[in-house]
Amino acid sequence: MTHPLDPLQDGVPDGPDGLSGLDGHDARFQAEVPVRRERRSPENPERLYILTGDDSERAPLDLVTLIVANGDPSPTAQPEQSAVLRLSRTPLSVAELSAYMALPVSVVTVVLTDLLAADLVQARAPVVRSALPDRSLLEAVMHGLQKL
Amino acid sequence: MDFKSSDTLTSGAITGPREQDVLPATAAAAVKVVIVGGFGVGKTTMVGSVSEIRPLTTEETMTQAGIGVDDNYGSETKTATTVAMDFGRISVSEELVLYLFGTPGQERFWFLWNGLFEGALGAVVLIDTRRLEVSFDVIGRLEERGVPFIIAVNDFPDAPRHPLDALRTALDLDQHVPIVHCDARQRVSSKDTLMTLMRYLHALAVARA
Repeated sequence: MTHPLDPLQDGVPDGPDGLSGLDGHDARFQAEVPVRRERRSPENPERLYILTGDDSERAPLDLVTLIVANGDPSPTAQPEQSAVLRLSRTPLSVAELSAYMALPVSVVTVVLTDLLAADLVQARAPVVRSALPDRSLLEAVMHGLQKL
Repeated sequence: MDFKSSDTLTSGAITGPREQDVLPATAAAAVKVVIVGGFGVGKTTMVGSVSEIRPLTTEETMTQAGIGVDDNYGSETKTATTVAMDFGRISVSEELVLYLFGTPGQERFWFLWNGLFEGALGAVVLIDTRRLEVSFDVIGRLEERGVPFIIAVNDFPDAPRHPLDALRTALDLDQHVPIVHCDARQRVSSKDTLMTLMRYLHALAVARA
């Protein structure tokens, strides 16, 4: 019986163009790999980077949280809010809103925080890895990919 | 990208999704996968080949506190960096949407982008055997973050082909990390690569259960 973590694709997989792996007759074959990765030592100077602004002012939205408007914008709404409400008449992720509005994600998140507080939009939370004892989710993704 | 002024926002100049790119109202949840691997290995190509929408670009502004870092050493100033990222989308069902993130360059900053790797199902590390070393840094960062990943060798026509065991050794990978060949330009090949990632994640989930 094979263990689930046995190498899944080791050996000689077929390439996309029907390359049938390595047989020594391939002109590109090189038994030796000239470089070697060394594991990183734990140091993190990048911790000095932070997201601009104050996180506590923003709703906990993921890049792929789906936003749906609860209604049409009122004539008095701020332009950014109106734009979000118009764009999200059908579900749209935070990343897509950022792309279509040409605004940074953190700015869009601030706008969304106000809209959520006023109950003008709904947020459909993403399914995240930590909440994933659920193999059926991965099976659903595989099923969908197979149909492509 | 240019920031839109309020005037532009009001005048309705923002173009939303094309009609064929609109998600169904039933879309209830989304998952994400990140494609990494160093400059010029074909990440954006892979996103574009398999996405159902024309790839979009999103961005975030990062602030660097300027103490003891690079040429800001000794100064108290802050500098802002804009990090851009391309992404695509695949509707896997009426309810579930898969987003694929990948971008040229600047990867050092992705790992600081709150929420990019958090919650991602996993990652595809694209490698080019002519420049294997450009992927070393991201592999280490994924390991540190505990993000499960597979390796996809983007088969450029003139790139050397190594035995996979030799690649595994050179990349210092754990035995169970899958390595596959792919052609990031080909939709079918990119799809197969994502399938390999999903099967691997599934095996991990089974092993955890």
